[in-house]
Amino acid sequence: MKSILRQIKIKNQYLISLCSVSIVSLLCLFTRDYLDYKIAAYILLVVVSLLAMFLDIFPVLLSAFLSALILNFLFIKPYYTFHISNAEDTLLFVLFFVIAFLNGVLTHKIRKTEKMLQIKQVRSNTMKLYNALLDSLSHELRTPISAIMGAIDTIQSQNVTISEENKLQLYSEIEKASLRLNHQVENLLNMSRLESGVVEPKMDWCDINELFYNVLDNLKEDLKFHKVKVSTDENLPLFKLDYGLMEQIIYNLVFNASQYTPKGAKIELSAVYNPDVDFDYNSEKLESCVITVSDDGLGFPEEEIDQVFDKFYRLHNSKTGGTGLGLSIVKGFVEAQNGMVTLENKEDGGSVFTLSFPALVMNPKEISNE
Amino acid sequence: MSNPVEILIVDDEVQIRKLLEIALDSNGYKTFFAVNAKEGLSLTANHQPDLIILDLGLPDEDGQQVLKRLREWYKKPIIILTVKNTEEEIVKALDNGANDYLTKPFRTQELLARIRTALRNTNENAIEPIIEFGDISIDFTSRIVKQKEEILKLTTTEYNLLSILVKNEGRVLTHQYLLKEVWGNSYSDQTQYLRVFVAQLRKKIEEDSNHPKFIITESGVGYRFNTG
Repeated sequence: MKSILRQIKIKNQYLISLCSVSIVSLLCLFTRDYLDYKIAAYILLVVVSLLAMFLDIFPVLLSAFLSALILNFLFIKPYYTFHISNAEDTLLFVLFFVIAFLNGVLTHKIRKTEKMLQIKQVRSNTMKLYNALLDSLSHELRTPISAIMGAIDTIQSQNVTISEENKLQLYSEIEKASLRLNHQVENLLNMSRLESGVVEPKMDWCDINELFYNVLDNLKEDLKFHKVKVSTDENLPLFKLDYGLMEQIIYNLVFNASQYTPKGAKIELSAVYNPDVDFDYNSEKLESCVITVSDDGLGFPEEEIDQVFDKFYRLHNSKTGGTGLGLSIVKGFVEAQNGMVTLENKEDGGSVFTLSFPALVMNPKEISNE
Repeated sequence: MSNPVEILIVDDEVQIRKLLEIALDSNGYKTFFAVNAKEGLSLTANHQPDLIILDLGLPDEDGQQVLKRLREWYKKPIIILTVKNTEEEIVKALDNGANDYLTKPFRTQELLARIRTALRNTNENAIEPIIEFGDISIDFTSRIVKQKEEILKLTTTEYNLLSILVKNEGRVLTHQYLLKEVWGNSYSDQTQYLRVFVAQLRKKIEEDSNHPKFIITESGVGYRFNTG
């Protein structure tokens, strides 16, 4: 309401100010014979104060001026003249004018300070976010770069002999560091794609089973010490989703699970077709495809669950590494496909991410018999 | 081979050129370089390399344009290197006549494998009448597919899809290309057919259809057949 009124053009503000004072005065006019004129003065003061809460300074001053004139002209005897007969009424008229004027000016000032504070707040929040970004970024990018530079320096140094085994170890460190760098750059690019609003999903028929195994193959190295289980229905239909975005979503969720669960933990992927949705349904917003990614790790601290999808948010007790971008990208990419993502802790330990999409469905049986 | 295979590398980044020079030279290829589109085109015309590695982000001309101009008369393999890993860009490059693509950062072993595949495909102009991979053999003359000497029952569509994949072994085939070739022009955006039949085919020919060794998914682009 406030913001709507604030956007009103200045010309219309004068109009509002004129109209409200005139209408209220007119209404008071009907009560002139029963009530003291001082009541009308108070009512007009209230009008001016209310206007001051929403309008700019000049329209408010106009209302103050106008209501003083009207008070004099219609309510202070003798009626219908600007002449005031006794000293008491003159004093009241002057006081009315001063109070209305001060009221307008003060309210306006308060509003101005409020606005300044708000801007300051937003600015400091942005700064906080920016610092969080710089902190995690400089750490996330510098660590692998140091690993690479350090390893190369050691290999190149002339006055020490390094065993063949150690050399191989250093090479593998360089490899790991570059993969990590690449992963972070990928996340940053995805984040900036989301931020700039250029993510336009290219919906195409997806075989969720294939998608799962494709992602798991890409994460083979990270999942070496985890038990991975895929449970999908044998007759799972095709869903119309963006394969590339889905790949990133599942990748980030499984990657997270692999990084933040202990060795030997179980990671489970499942996809279900919601049978309440007909195969040929069209525009209704029903969740036809429900995917879950769960693990039996430690779960998330309950009080932080609401924040995990926030940009740059990192759990308070989390180990080093990670920019806090992974899950916010998941959320962004899910929402780009009109889907929804939620996180819950399981009762028997571990957590489960549930993704649901209102996707078009196709029964493979309809086309497989050719 | 008596003459070493000559590879032209068109890339404006000196680090990438150096890396490729070392990697390719030590694998017995002869390399030469162009730092922009203009040089690339004139070197191709003058030296007729056996294969070109082309970076799409060149300083003087759009890589896709360079690719199109090369393809007007250069028939040998072109492998695209690009930092733009969007599916559109890759599909466009393949449509413009690239044999294969790799996105930066890439693994050298992967590049060498792609080069070998691309060169092999041009050497064998005539397709063998019988091709074998894993425990499967395809006889193109009789259209019979066997697994461990037993006939594998494939539908006509399955056979057509498999044979086009096998005949283009090692090469990425885009969704549109496969749909047009197997189902016909009007099916070029009906990817559901491809999804269903690839899944079916995998169940029949792959040892573990969830971890396919032969029919490899190229995300958002298409499929590639590897002989494992």
